[in-house]
Amino acid sequence: MATTNSKSSKSGTARRQFIFDAAKMACGVGMLGLGLGLYAKQAKALPALALRPPGALPESDFLGACIRCGLCVRDCPYNTLELAKPETPVATGTPYFTARNIPCEMCEDIPCVRACPTTALDHQLTDINKAKMGIAVLIDHETCLNFLGLRCDVCYRVCPVIDKAITLEKVPNPRTGRHAMFLPTVHSEHCTGCGKCEKSCVLEEAAIRVLPPKLAKGELGHHYRLGWEEQKKAGHSLIDESKMIDLPDRLPEGATLPGHYDPASGQTAPARGLSGAEGGILPGAPSGLGGKP
Amino acid sequence: MSGKHIGAEAVAAKGWLRAYKWLMLRRLSQFGILALFLLGPLAGIWIVKGNLNYSYTLNFLPLTDPYVALQAAMTRHVPEKLGLIGLAIVLVFYFLVGGRVYCSWVCPVNLVTDAAGWLRDRLGIKGSAQLSRNTRYWVLAMTLIGSAATGVVLWELINPVSMLHRGLIFGLGAAWTVVVAIFLFDLFVTKRGWCGRLCPVGAFYSLLGRWSPVRVAARERAACNDCMDCFEVCPEPQVIRPALKGEGKGVGPVILAANCTNCGRCIDVCSKEVFTFSLRFNNPASTARTD
Repeated sequence: MATTNSKSSKSGTARRQFIFDAAKMACGVGMLGLGLGLYAKQAKALPALALRPPGALPESDFLGACIRCGLCVRDCPYNTLELAKPETPVATGTPYFTARNIPCEMCEDIPCVRACPTTALDHQLTDINKAKMGIAVLIDHETCLNFLGLRCDVCYRVCPVIDKAITLEKVPNPRTGRHAMFLPTVHSEHCTGCGKCEKSCVLEEAAIRVLPPKLAKGELGHHYRLGWEEQKKAGHSLIDESKMIDLPDRLPEGATLPGHYDPASGQTAPARGLSGAEGGILPGAPSGLGGKP
Repeated sequence: MSGKHIGAEAVAAKGWLRAYKWLMLRRLSQFGILALFLLGPLAGIWIVKGNLNYSYTLNFLPLTDPYVALQAAMTRHVPEKLGLIGLAIVLVFYFLVGGRVYCSWVCPVNLVTDAAGWLRDRLGIKGSAQLSRNTRYWVLAMTLIGSAATGVVLWELINPVSMLHRGLIFGLGAAWTVVVAIFLFDLFVTKRGWCGRLCPVGAFYSLLGRWSPVRVAARERAACNDCMDCFEVCPEPQVIRPALKGEGKGVGPVILAANCTNCGRCIDVCSKEVFTFSLRFNNPASTARTD
């Protein structure tokens, strides 16, 4: 009886010790894991000006697929890419580039993607013009020289997808009243985010910058339909325009609204200073210099 | 200062060259591999591209780190073809030669922790904070579960092994602080603390080499004179005892413990030439001399 007692108490002590040790480990390592998990959450927040190589998966997938080998960095012929150091606010060891330092030269054979041993850089990407490293945004209208009425045009000239990704839109210069402004305008469906515009902006701080699409793009409500596009698709207006009620325009007495379209009569008032086919176009919507795509 | 220098007997008995043979070969391997990686960025001779996580040698041989690939797999991402081929090559290689051969023959952090271990011995630092040698398996499990939970290759956020190796090749940045921290931890806090208790990379490779055929064996254990030099010099001394002292318990002379790194230092420092590299299959329970 005495031996069984001492035996069971001995195994009981061993069991308690085992449970205690396991709990100690679970707590200690669990805390480390919690810290790492929170750090991982931070790491997913890529800084706005750090761009991933062409074909990179969305950031949340990229950090799981990329094995931090640096083969893309090695095969980039322009030393555009670098691996994040521990102190960089980009997940350690992952490739990125800063457009203002060295932009992507958009190699036709995309060596960085071909070098990647994982799916972190999408091997389906074979046309560099379809890359989406980011979207250029003319972020500062106050310092951009073209907005000041000058003809800098550098971002437009260096764009590898010139006249598609960036066009110059001609608008009247209200400051002088007699000149035009040629406004660099980015078209997101063609912009690859290579960053050459940001790199070459002549200002001390670039007025045009490549941002992650999430920051650069708005998103329409999914129920929105653009009337003019639906009309084009259907070949006719979707509503009976003759039954549309045009509410009276509140204007000062004797004033007219040039270019105003009255749906009930189907008539357009002549625009000021314009004639012929251009008469129907609303003022303030100038035609693009390079023409929209 | 410790009065007796580890391996002094071996130097006296076998000569300096043979008492440091495996250590020198190991350093040659560690520095040689590092040199191959550095030849590209420093001299423009591109034999090896990449780093220990994945490398591509002579545009022919891909090598993928299986632990990083496993973490990526936990986030539901599988490598491309070359990555998979490299993975298979590395898995087979370390399965054959011993998983933790990676630790003692390849890993750059081993140079740091060996230096700390050597200095700790030279300075006669005795105290060591308690930390179970199983901690690394808990950390390993945590990184795998954590990778699945966060969708990030979790250990790569702070892995000192890849930080140091990548840092040496692609630019160190602040990674040196992590290396110094590990050196000081091993020197002052816990003896053989990083590689022997915490590092999940080593833990992973120990599991990979759990059944590997190449092992160290105490073939001449009958000649052991209990000088304790092998225990002193071994980074994982717990692996030696069953094989060296197992004669009476019917345990064979082959060191079967998965955490033996096959570094061969015990072979070097033994003046009685008890240890030798061997295969795991030749493991008779009794090695007592019958003649």
